[in-house]
Amino acid sequence: MSKTIIRTKRSQKEALGPYGSLGKVLGELDDRLGMAKAGRTFMDKIFPDHWSFMLGEIALYSFVVLLATGVFLGLYYVPSQALVTYHGSYAPLEGMRVTQAFASSIDLSFAVRGGMLMRQMHHWACDIFVGAIVVHMARVFFTGAFRKPRELNWSIGLTMLILAITNGFLGYSLPDDLVSGTGLRIAYSIMLSIPGVGTYLAYFVFGGNFPGTSVIPRFFILHELIVPALIVGLVSAHLFLLVRQKHTQFGGRGRTETNVVGSPMFPVFIAKTNGFLLLVTGGTALLGALAQINPIWQFGPYDASKISYAVQPDWYMGFLDGILRIMPAWSFHNFGHTIPWEVTFPAVIFPGIVFNLCYAWPTIERLYTKDNNMHNLLDRPRDRPKRTAAGAAIFSVLALLFIASSTDVIANFLHVSLESVLWSMRALVFIVPAVTYPVTLKICRELQAVHDGGKRKTPNVVTRSATGEYLATLAPSVVDDVHHELEAELVPTFITADAGTSLSSTGVRSVER
Amino acid sequence: MTEHRTPVSLTTVSESAENLQPLAKNPIAVERRIAVLFLAGMLLEVGFGWSYWVNSPSWILGATLGGGLSLMGIGLIAWGKYLMPRGPFVEERHDLASTSDERDAFAGAIIERGASVVKRRKVLGGLLGGGLGVFSVTALFPLIRSLGPLPKGSLFHTDWRKGSYAVDITGHRIHVDDLSIGSIVTVFPEGLQETNNGQAVDQTVLIRISNENFVTQKGRETWGPQGYLAYSKLCSHLGCPVGLYEQQLKMLVCPCHQSMFDVTNGAIPNFGPAPRPLPQLPIYVDVAGYIRAQSDFKEPVGPGFWERS
Repeated sequence: MSKTIIRTKRSQKEALGPYGSLGKVLGELDDRLGMAKAGRTFMDKIFPDHWSFMLGEIALYSFVVLLATGVFLGLYYVPSQALVTYHGSYAPLEGMRVTQAFASSIDLSFAVRGGMLMRQMHHWACDIFVGAIVVHMARVFFTGAFRKPRELNWSIGLTMLILAITNGFLGYSLPDDLVSGTGLRIAYSIMLSIPGVGTYLAYFVFGGNFPGTSVIPRFFILHELIVPALIVGLVSAHLFLLVRQKHTQFGGRGRTETNVVGSPMFPVFIAKTNGFLLLVTGGTALLGALAQINPIWQFGPYDASKISYAVQPDWYMGFLDGILRIMPAWSFHNFGHTIPWEVTFPAVIFPGIVFNLCYAWPTIERLYTKDNNMHNLLDRPRDRPKRTAAGAAIFSVLALLFIASSTDVIANFLHVSLESVLWSMRALVFIVPAVTYPVTLKICRELQAVHDGGKRKTPNVVTRSATGEYLATLAPSVVDDVHHELEAELVPTFITADAGTSLSSTGVRSVER
Repeated sequence: MTEHRTPVSLTTVSESAENLQPLAKNPIAVERRIAVLFLAGMLLEVGFGWSYWVNSPSWILGATLGGGLSLMGIGLIAWGKYLMPRGPFVEERHDLASTSDERDAFAGAIIERGASVVKRRKVLGGLLGGGLGVFSVTALFPLIRSLGPLPKGSLFHTDWRKGSYAVDITGHRIHVDDLSIGSIVTVFPEGLQETNNGQAVDQTVLIRISNENFVTQKGRETWGPQGYLAYSKLCSHLGCPVGLYEQQLKMLVCPCHQSMFDVTNGAIPNFGPAPRPLPQLPIYVDVAGYIRAQSDFKEPVGPGFWERS
């Protein structure tokens, strides 16, 4: 009896083919979707290894954290500016008249288990998200990865940066605390400053004069549905183009314009990148647990006639705040109209110039260099001194404006007058880029001239012959030295599950050919 | 079995091929360390579940969650880096561009088929285009126009009227004896102090700088009764509340972008990005000694906008 059963099992196994039930399931799927060939190609997809290629992954994974924690917050947050008397779990606010938005933000921090952690993780993940995008784009810029054929992906990435900053500001406004309300007041005034249509724009966005009662529910739907949906769509397009056009790589032995050298998607890249997802999530959780961010219960509810001192916006808004501070009061009054240049220029025109310059950069560079070739190998920044110097100059202006967003703190810290700090900043914003450009250019040219710069040195062994002659020969290399110098190989196509293969103790699947 | 997806001929790769070997010199030891990381991560996640259950403080929740995930992440990355085939492997790129025949066929299909259906039916094409055009314009009305009222003159006025009592945030009327010299209080027109409009638009700072009638500028001879001066609290730069009073310098300071306004001289800005003085509210002291408004502000309060003259 038992023998029969065993025989049946064995015959079923034989009928299933060499890959068992997984093979059968995939076969059924392939009958319907025709995905076996593409799936196999995808698993062989090669990802070049370089530390700078993970910056985009930080952005992607912090976005995943944002979505997850955002869903949690959305379960408890009430997007309403209706006034209620607070009777919640945070005693110091007891009896105060606050909006439902503020009350629910406080209660989801104090009354909901894990709520404080989720709120802080969400805020940290946002700061990391925008930061990772900026650093990732800096990498793409300085290595020339935006060149043909990847100009479109550069634009998509830039659009995501703008959406990320926008959504960061929208979300920052939602708790309706004293600091975020002041930010909204400033945003309203910036809208007002646009000549011709500003008052209409502000009235339509806020549903009337500031503050009205519509802005929180409107910002909520933008913050948690519309902008994230746009970002998800653009992330998909970004990754699709990445797969379609394949990743760029740095030059080196065995690496050409027509190949990609690195680790295969499965299992190496999958392992590393999912490990990185866990690490980014874990790191955000640690920050959310141990580093306080945006303590709205200390700021208190928004009240248009109150204000807090020395409060800075989130870091990615710093450059806007900085340029608003150092811009002279050049208001235009004539012909019965006002153009508040002291606001319009720094808050509308200047960011417009910066972002449009970024959008146009691939085109500008192509026109300037007359280079219409495909580029899959990355530049070392030193090899493109003018681009590197221009990028450094632009970053230096933005960094200086970021510093200028804390003129009052700097003046207090250095015990100098606010006026001297302000005038220094006004001068530095022109001097620093004017110095940065030629200095960077010079550094790049000097580095270019360094022979074998950046390459690993191979040690020599010097021997003396019997006749007293000295002879230098290359030292025998050890495994780690050899690694970068290996010729790349194609991914083996067929990994058999026959008797010859086994999983070794190292987790590496042995291959028989 | 030596099949390859691409037709490129390969040297025979054996199990001992260098790029299939792990990077680790001692894989067993590395495997043990990774196992420790995974185990520690798992324990921390158990701790996370436990601390959630007993409602631990936020930092314990986050430290166990984040610590556990980080350890497992580091372990997984190490597994990929040190124990999996160290590579490198290579993949050929394929031309993205199609052949010129395929391109011609594509462009040709659009132009020729388009011509055959559209050019022959110009009226239909025009009507469809017109209909969609009308739709896109009419759709703007519900999409945009309904979002808010038209501004009209609303940015030019506040709720201060002739005879409005100045009250503080609690609704207490300000009497001429209430403030000592150098004191400051935020006031609203009575009845509006707890409203959006009152706080955002009508908010006014009342400062007492002397005991005598004070004239800040020509034409404002009656505006500073018994040393009381009232200025709009909305900064003329970006509308932040000008909440700081520098008593020695007699300056109002905006905490947002550090504009400073000279209280004794019609609140003219003498530092920072603010372009205009803070509008002064004409006030008087009535027979009972209460501070009241002579009228509304004489000019729009707050930041600049196009329609302002």
